[in-house]
Amino acid sequence: MNNLKSNIIRYIIKLSALITFGALFFLVGYILYRGIPNLSPSLFEFKYTSSNVSMFPSIINTLILVSITLVIATPIGVFTAFYLVEYANRGNKFVDLIRITTETLSGIPSIVYGLFGMLFFVYRLEFSYSLIAGTLTAAIMVLPLVIRSTEEALMSVDDSLREASFGLGAGKLRTIFRVVLPVAMPGILSGVILSIGRIVGETAALIYTFGTATQMAGGLFSSGRTLSVQMYMLSNEGLHVNESFATGVVLLIVILIINSLSTYLSNRLTKGRTN
Amino acid sequence: MDKLIIKDFDLYYDDFHALKDINMNIAEKEITAFIGPSGCGKSSLLKSLNRMNDLVEGCKITGEVLLDGKNIFDKNVDVNKLRKRIGMVFQKPNPFPMSIYDNIAYGPRTHNIKNKSKLDEIVEKSLRGAAIWDEVKDDLKKNALRLSGGQQQRICIARALAVEPEILLMDEPTSALDPISTAKIEELIQQLKEDYTIIIVTHNMQQATRVSDKTAFFLTGEVIEFNDTDTLFSVPKNKKTEDYITGRFG
Amino acid sequence: MKKISLEGFMKTIFILCATTSILAIILIVYFIFSGGVPFIMEYGLKNFLFGTEWRPSNTPQLFGILPMILGSLYITFGAIIIGVPIGVLTATYLAKFSDRRLYKFLKPSVNLMAGIPSIVYGFFALQVIVPLIKNLVGGSGMNIITSSILLGIMILPTIIGLSESSIRSVPQSYYEGSVALGASHERSVMSVVLPAAKSGIISSIILGIGRAIGETMAVILVAGNQPRVPDSITKGARTLTTNIVMEMAYAAETHREALIATAVVLFVFILIINTIFLFIKRRTLN
Repeated sequence: MNNLKSNIIRYIIKLSALITFGALFFLVGYILYRGIPNLSPSLFEFKYTSSNVSMFPSIINTLILVSITLVIATPIGVFTAFYLVEYANRGNKFVDLIRITTETLSGIPSIVYGLFGMLFFVYRLEFSYSLIAGTLTAAIMVLPLVIRSTEEALMSVDDSLREASFGLGAGKLRTIFRVVLPVAMPGILSGVILSIGRIVGETAALIYTFGTATQMAGGLFSSGRTLSVQMYMLSNEGLHVNESFATGVVLLIVILIINSLSTYLSNRLTKGRTN
Repeated sequence: MDKLIIKDFDLYYDDFHALKDINMNIAEKEITAFIGPSGCGKSSLLKSLNRMNDLVEGCKITGEVLLDGKNIFDKNVDVNKLRKRIGMVFQKPNPFPMSIYDNIAYGPRTHNIKNKSKLDEIVEKSLRGAAIWDEVKDDLKKNALRLSGGQQQRICIARALAVEPEILLMDEPTSALDPISTAKIEELIQQLKEDYTIIIVTHNMQQATRVSDKTAFFLTGEVIEFNDTDTLFSVPKNKKTEDYITGRFG
Repeated sequence: MKKISLEGFMKTIFILCATTSILAIILIVYFIFSGGVPFIMEYGLKNFLFGTEWRPSNTPQLFGILPMILGSLYITFGAIIIGVPIGVLTATYLAKFSDRRLYKFLKPSVNLMAGIPSIVYGFFALQVIVPLIKNLVGGSGMNIITSSILLGIMILPTIIGLSESSIRSVPQSYYEGSVALGASHERSVMSVVLPAAKSGIISSIILGIGRAIGETMAVILVAGNQPRVPDSITKGARTLTTNIVMEMAYAAETHREALIATAVVLFVFILIINTIFLFIKRRTLN
């Protein structure tokens, strides 16, 4: 009787895991299966036309957007974490406020970011649909991610290292940059890489900020679409199912690489801690 | 009558040989104490007796432990039934984060007693058996984690009694408690002897002399001496035992 | 002297950076609310929230968002029904049932699941789930059921991640106490360990709700998006998020304000959810 009940519970638990991972692997497998045969050279032509629906310009746009966003968000996020972990005192009201703010920011849906970006950057600051509007919106969006992962990385650094550095007469700044930062680096990097993933996968926040123009963005004030936006436009139109699958393959591969890198780095951080 | 017979028992944690050739007979309704310095293997042996060591990765056992003549390591032994017969009280009180009532009723419910009045009866009997009924009877819905450490440990003893075990294993049950709670638990252990076979691991030699009938002295994975408690502490046969009980090492 | 001033200068920089996120949230709240609240005042909060007709091209224009509120709630509710049991039990599997070698492979898989872009999920659902549901219940296949299944899958990594870590943080002594009473591994996990991880699991569910309510680009492909009060789960529905995306491109004047006001309602939902989440989290910490 009891054994039977335990067995049933065990089967249900295993079944749940099977559903979860089954769904994941089926999704990945299906996209790859349908997409890889459609990865034709015309999809990577330099210029987008409505017949080749090339993803090349959108790949370049994604790269540019990601780079500029990181250049803005990483220092701000990392420095914020420096302040929170290395400077602020426990129970400091300002710190509480920042923590609540970052947690709230991380819960805001991307469409709200998109709408805000449109109202503020596109219209109020008159950037119109542009790289700069998209970048700034994306930067705010990934800020909480960078802050939190940096915080965690900094907190995992043993206090004895800091004390040793202070004991040698090093100042706070020198201690942070020379002693704490190198140890925390893998963790910070893994957060930054996850941010890349978030930007690459983003659609809703970019449609009304970076826009949907099909060409490569020629400058900070010109519009363009990222790879995810491209996939959305294609699948929404319903005319280019095969090309959508192919775009999905490229997106999945990018995400796979990003995730592996991030896992590798955070494993290195945990190793550094135990040794 | 021997309740438990340990025969040619060896235990390894991966490559580490933690217990070496243990042979010991545990008599029914007596209190047996395991003493010895930290890392001597006494807790490992205790945890083998209800197969809690199954949970430890890399733990390998050879030899036999006979409970009423049957080897507990046999393939067809139902571990859960075995653990129902051999209850355990841990070093740190570990009541579940639920009400006192639910803590005690957890074991019986596990073994399919669902009847409310039957459960009420078991809960009262077990709490009385653990000498804590008077302190908590008006507050059975209270979360067990809100009790003091000594009370928590008696709740854990009551919880173990509720499944009506034949043997109680106690792993340094008072090491996390203050002297007054310790005295209460020791008194309780004496009373429990009426109905249960008890094996207690202790760090505290006075405790062993106060509560136990037999004592086994462990050192680096071996039983150095096993005898009546009085004899072992007054006229130890082995030089190492003597050194230990007179405080020369450990 | 020079050194001290550098220390002070950098500290100021760090503090300034720390204020960025506060500034950001103030700007976001200001722009969304100042864009939407005047419209709500003018149109009437009751008419806006409980109006059942959304007809921006009518004269007079009608901007009732009850259909979208209900659409969001139904689809989210469906996602929770599907995603919560599967997610929590998968977390249980990862924490208590999988062996170490398998775990090393499955854990990154959960992270991958969290990293897959919404649009890929949405497209997959459009290609696979929509035809499936179409065959089962008829119609276009773009309806509340399909959207719930899709979102149920999409919130899994959120629920699994947080639930798993809270299950793992339950002291092993609870588990041992249960096993020592002769309870099986399964009973010990379900009756002692999971209840002890309750608040973490609830937090994960709340976070999942937030994720589901806020999701846009995946839902838009499979929900049907009809702005009417859904009367059956086999009918299409429009959510608050998709309402904004679908019409923002061409909306002007009052219509645009009504869409921003939709975002205000969405924002308020999210703020409530976040507050509950933070509340539970703080209470657990204390």
